[in-house]
Amino acid sequence: MVGKTEPVNGSVKQAAMPSSSSNPSRSDLLTSTFSLKSLKLKTKQQELLIRVSILCLVYILAFITRLFSVLRYESMIHEFDPYFNYRTTLFLTQKGFYEFWNWFDSESWYPLGRIIGGTLYPGLMVTAALIYWTLRLLRFAVHIREVCVLTAPFFASNTTLVAYFFGKEIWDSGAGLVAAALIAICPGYISRSVAGSYDNEGVAIFALLLTFYLFVKAVNTGSLAWALASAFGYFYMVSAWGGYVFIINLIPLYVLVLLITGRYSMRLYVAYNCMYVLGMLLAMQIRFVGFQHVQSGEHMAAMGVFFLMQVFYFLDWVKYMLSDTKMFQDFLRITVTCAVVAGAIALGVGTASGYISPWTGRFYSLLDPTYAKDHIPIIASVSEHQPTAWSSFMFDFHILLFLFPAGLYFCFKRLSDATIFIVMYGLTSMYFAGVMVRLILVATPAVCLISAIAVSATIKNLTSLIRTKSKTALTTSTKGSSGSKASSKASLDQSQPFQKNGAIALLFGAFYLLSRYVSHCTWVTSEAYSSPSIVLAARGAHGRVIFDDYREAYFWLRQNTPPDAKVMSWWDYGYQITAMGNRTVIVDNNTWNNTHIATVGRAMSSYEDEAYEIMRSLDVDYVLVVFGGVTGYSSDDINKFLWMVRIGGGVFPVIKEPDYLVNGEYRVDKGAAPKMLNCLMYKLSYYRFGELVTEYGKPSGYDRARGVEIGNKDIKLEYLEEAFTTSNWIVRIYKVKPPKNRW
Amino acid sequence: MRRRIEMGFRFDLLVFTLAVLAAPALSDLIISKVDRRIDLTSQIVRITSTLKVENAGSEVVSEVLLAFPEVQAKNLAHLVATTSEGKGKVKSSAVSLPIKVVNPKGMPAALIFYAVSLPKGLGKGDSFTFDVLAVFTHALRPFPEKITQADIQLVVFQDSAHYLTPYTVKVQLLNVKLPDARIESFMKIENTKIQGSEIKYGPYENLPSFSYSPIVAHFESNQPFAVAEELVREIEISHWGNVQITEHYKLVHGGAQSKGEFSRLDFQARPNIRGASAFRNLLARLPPRAHSVYYRDEIGNISTSNLRSDSKKTELLIEPRYPMFGGWKTAFTIGYGLPLKDFLFASEGKRFLNITFGSPMNELIIDNLIVKVVLPEGSADISVSAPFPIEQSQETKVSHLDIAGRPVAVLQKTNVVPELNQYFQVHYKFNSLSMLREPLMLIVGFFCLLLLWEEVLATIQQIQNIVNRCLTTHDKLEASLRDLSRTGDVQACKATRKSADALLKELSKELKPLLAFLQSSSTAAQILPKVEELVTKEKELQEKVMAKHSTVVDCYEKKTGVRDIESRIALQQQKITALRQEVDNLLDIIDEI
Repeated sequence: MVGKTEPVNGSVKQAAMPSSSSNPSRSDLLTSTFSLKSLKLKTKQQELLIRVSILCLVYILAFITRLFSVLRYESMIHEFDPYFNYRTTLFLTQKGFYEFWNWFDSESWYPLGRIIGGTLYPGLMVTAALIYWTLRLLRFAVHIREVCVLTAPFFASNTTLVAYFFGKEIWDSGAGLVAAALIAICPGYISRSVAGSYDNEGVAIFALLLTFYLFVKAVNTGSLAWALASAFGYFYMVSAWGGYVFIINLIPLYVLVLLITGRYSMRLYVAYNCMYVLGMLLAMQIRFVGFQHVQSGEHMAAMGVFFLMQVFYFLDWVKYMLSDTKMFQDFLRITVTCAVVAGAIALGVGTASGYISPWTGRFYSLLDPTYAKDHIPIIASVSEHQPTAWSSFMFDFHILLFLFPAGLYFCFKRLSDATIFIVMYGLTSMYFAGVMVRLILVATPAVCLISAIAVSATIKNLTSLIRTKSKTALTTSTKGSSGSKASSKASLDQSQPFQKNGAIALLFGAFYLLSRYVSHCTWVTSEAYSSPSIVLAARGAHGRVIFDDYREAYFWLRQNTPPDAKVMSWWDYGYQITAMGNRTVIVDNNTWNNTHIATVGRAMSSYEDEAYEIMRSLDVDYVLVVFGGVTGYSSDDINKFLWMVRIGGGVFPVIKEPDYLVNGEYRVDKGAAPKMLNCLMYKLSYYRFGELVTEYGKPSGYDRARGVEIGNKDIKLEYLEEAFTTSNWIVRIYKVKPPKNRW
Repeated sequence: MRRRIEMGFRFDLLVFTLAVLAAPALSDLIISKVDRRIDLTSQIVRITSTLKVENAGSEVVSEVLLAFPEVQAKNLAHLVATTSEGKGKVKSSAVSLPIKVVNPKGMPAALIFYAVSLPKGLGKGDSFTFDVLAVFTHALRPFPEKITQADIQLVVFQDSAHYLTPYTVKVQLLNVKLPDARIESFMKIENTKIQGSEIKYGPYENLPSFSYSPIVAHFESNQPFAVAEELVREIEISHWGNVQITEHYKLVHGGAQSKGEFSRLDFQARPNIRGASAFRNLLARLPPRAHSVYYRDEIGNISTSNLRSDSKKTELLIEPRYPMFGGWKTAFTIGYGLPLKDFLFASEGKRFLNITFGSPMNELIIDNLIVKVVLPEGSADISVSAPFPIEQSQETKVSHLDIAGRPVAVLQKTNVVPELNQYFQVHYKFNSLSMLREPLMLIVGFFCLLLLWEEVLATIQQIQNIVNRCLTTHDKLEASLRDLSRTGDVQACKATRKSADALLKELSKELKPLLAFLQSSSTAAQILPKVEELVTKEKELQEKVMAKHSTVVDCYEKKTGVRDIESRIALQQQKITALRQEVDNLLDIIDEI
């Protein structure tokens, strides 16, 4: 870092001893003003050096803590959605951008197909492809899979940098450093950004924080350049994740709050208008967003605030021109009424004519947590859309949960435009985190930043307390006492031992808490968040047992079925089947067509002959079910079955949930409802399971996932035949027989 | 059973055609004794024949013709003739005889002929004994072609009980070795004996040329019918001490197709009865000291493999993701590294790689084998020598840190059996120094990057120094002013002023090239505006200080009152302090960067 050798030596020497005490002794040696100045620079350089090296360490830490999954398992793509992203990235790198943009995918949603280019956020794929192409250009022959696997950790590292600058902007560089360190290992963020979790969120959190940072910077400086930068950050966010709606609602809200609290300024005007207008135009370039950005209900707040801002500015101008306050009051009244009425009429007409689309179900379910449960079972059926339990808050935030209110206190104590922003971001995102588990992710950066303010401010206060003691002691001895100052110092001196010890104890306490946080985060990362969920691992008698059944089944499909075979399964596995099995699926995780999913749900919950008709009409060749009865794997299709019934029943009233329940209870044993015992899903899951002894000392057909002996052991299949079952029975694939000859 | 009858009919037809086409003996050679052993224990059929030829004519004969029906010749993967001089026992002195395809006139069209060149011509009455090993792939036909999981796999082998040859045969024996399992049926003709799993035909004596007596064996075979439809072996040489081998397999179970249900329950409960024909694992015998072995496929690592190694060999037992039933396919990749010194040698200024050609898998048939030898970048004069004919071509592969790409020698061969797993050599020229090119490239790259930045930093440091010196000169001027107020010595003050002027001018001269450098350097782009601002601010400050100085000195010269002077310079002083503050701030900011 430093050009000359001499200053380096000096700084090293100085770093060894406490810098404040070394200052006086050194100044004796160096007499000229010039060298005094260079000494001052050197301490600054020291601080810079320490700060940069801490940031580098945090950067590296954020990356390597996310590599647990690679070490434990392998470099692979995790979960469900990442497989789609991987598949599209592969397509992008192989066929180029235009093909990708115009891609009509006939391998999913058979027979409807899916327009991929117009129904996805391309930010992630384009980012990964760019990284890949750059590396290729530099002649690093990497595989695209490795790039995809490491994209999320890489962006997590970058997020720490943004967090540092953000913290520096809203508080000071100390808070920035703490924020970077906290966010680097916060489990709430790690859960979505471990290596292999190649999902939109991995990139989007970076983009989100970057946009916020740039916007706050723009508001603080009033600079058009920063506002432009934040518009581009917003564009990147829009291209990466649907969560951009949060930005486009939070920023207007923030502006509104600033307006109401009388903090309106030219800086704000420049920042918001530039960011909104340019951001909107840019966002509309993303095909999936398009005109939604000016037409849908979710984006109306931003537009409303934009117009409000103009009215405000206009009034400001009029006020400046009109010297008469009374006249201005009247004018104000008229303009505000006119503006409100015009806005209301525009909104009303727009909504009535359908030009402005109403809020989507997802948006509603955020505002009203019970909405999804009653109206959109497909959203409610996803586990990550459930309301958050306290335990998962604790799990994901640990001490940050307690530091958060403390940080809020510090923010309120030193209110500025920036702290108001972070407070609003923190509070709103905390609310959303309470509504949906997955939105903890959005709250994480805010929580980390606010907690960092708490930590930094507290530690700074404590250390300054300890330090000033020694300094005052020094100054009192040299200067001597005089008048009233002396008495106050004396009183300070009396309380000194207690305060000093208290401060030291508190410092140790803070250190202990932070170290607990680190160990908790590491533990959570290694134990809970680094499982790819494609490969299951269990502790067996002889060490770790690996269940690789998913890939076994998908690879079997890929190799041993006709290339145009259509596979029917519950939508959870759709992306994986297309990506790993390379076969056409009926429904997948995109869930854009509820009726189609309901048809599959209906087939699964009908009797075999009825289901056969449905499957024939959908050209289904193979049916894939996931079954955990042998291994005790609980997230299998039988446990998801009620959702299939509900979603199927939502569209086809012939399917009634009570038919599958006995006294409101869901069972699979002898006491189960007759319809349950004979529906397709039950038959496919338990076909020939009745003959198998799964556990010593238990009767045959003992389901280990549910802990009961199954109710229907004699299952005969008429229209389907077992085509493949994996070694641990987790995935079972059935072939749909061709129709019998009619003559 | 209808199929069975049909098949029999086909054989009759074949015999009929052969009989019609049979031409008279080619030359005066006669085969005095043929001992044939057909090994059917694996999916690869190996026919070893010991021939004793005798020249009954008067002309010297140097070639012996071997005849194969077209159907068989299509599957012929390997044909080698060896002679064991000195009565059988001493096998080590076996010499292989050259073989080539010939197309003699007047021969039946349905036969393919190979000519074995004898080491020396056979004179009248001379006799010569040699062995012929013919290896066939896909010669066992599953029958029935489709079986369920519970059925056993039966295969059919057909050949002639009589040795098919253009010569007359005096005595011949045939011994068919079947696997130790059920024999469904075999064709009984005269002199047929069965001993355990061996069927013996013969001896038959004094057979005319082209005599053909079809035999069929229909038996159970549960040997793995592993067929690699395509195998791409990539051998990549790194002169840093490693030979990396990557093998991409596309495997299929070549036995009877499975039909109907696959029941995991049955397979788990009685794997030897329900799924006897399926194979679960494959054994690869890797060279000793193989390291970094991996086994994966398109969708990830496959965890079911086992590696045993000792000083003689490395054995890799791999299990495909699922048991391979008839007709099921799989694809996977295995890779391993080998120490370079075991395989790369130098001779006559050239280097050559000496490595085996085929797959390390046990009893594997490879329909299409592509071997790619990736040589280091900068290799030249590439030539391949192999013990058997192969198709050759060249391509380039671009890998880590390559500029032009690495030359690749591509060798292709169809129908490969383990017998072809022989050593072949790739000769090439390579300069050891170019080995250092890639690391050097990296080092230089990083170095340049750092150096550039370092230079920028150094320049900025210099600018800072100059600015600081300017500032000290200002301080000196101020001090001289103070002196002036105290002593009133205008001359001294002027002198200081002069020297300061000169110094400042010099400094600004020094500053110019540094600034020019910063402007030209791209790495300094972010820091440049600040530096420029600093310099301009400093200039301004300089002017202001000078102005102030001259005002004060003027005042003193005109003997104006102290108060007056102060009031006159108050505004200037204010500006100076403001500018000074700004310059200090800028210095701090630049420092931080």
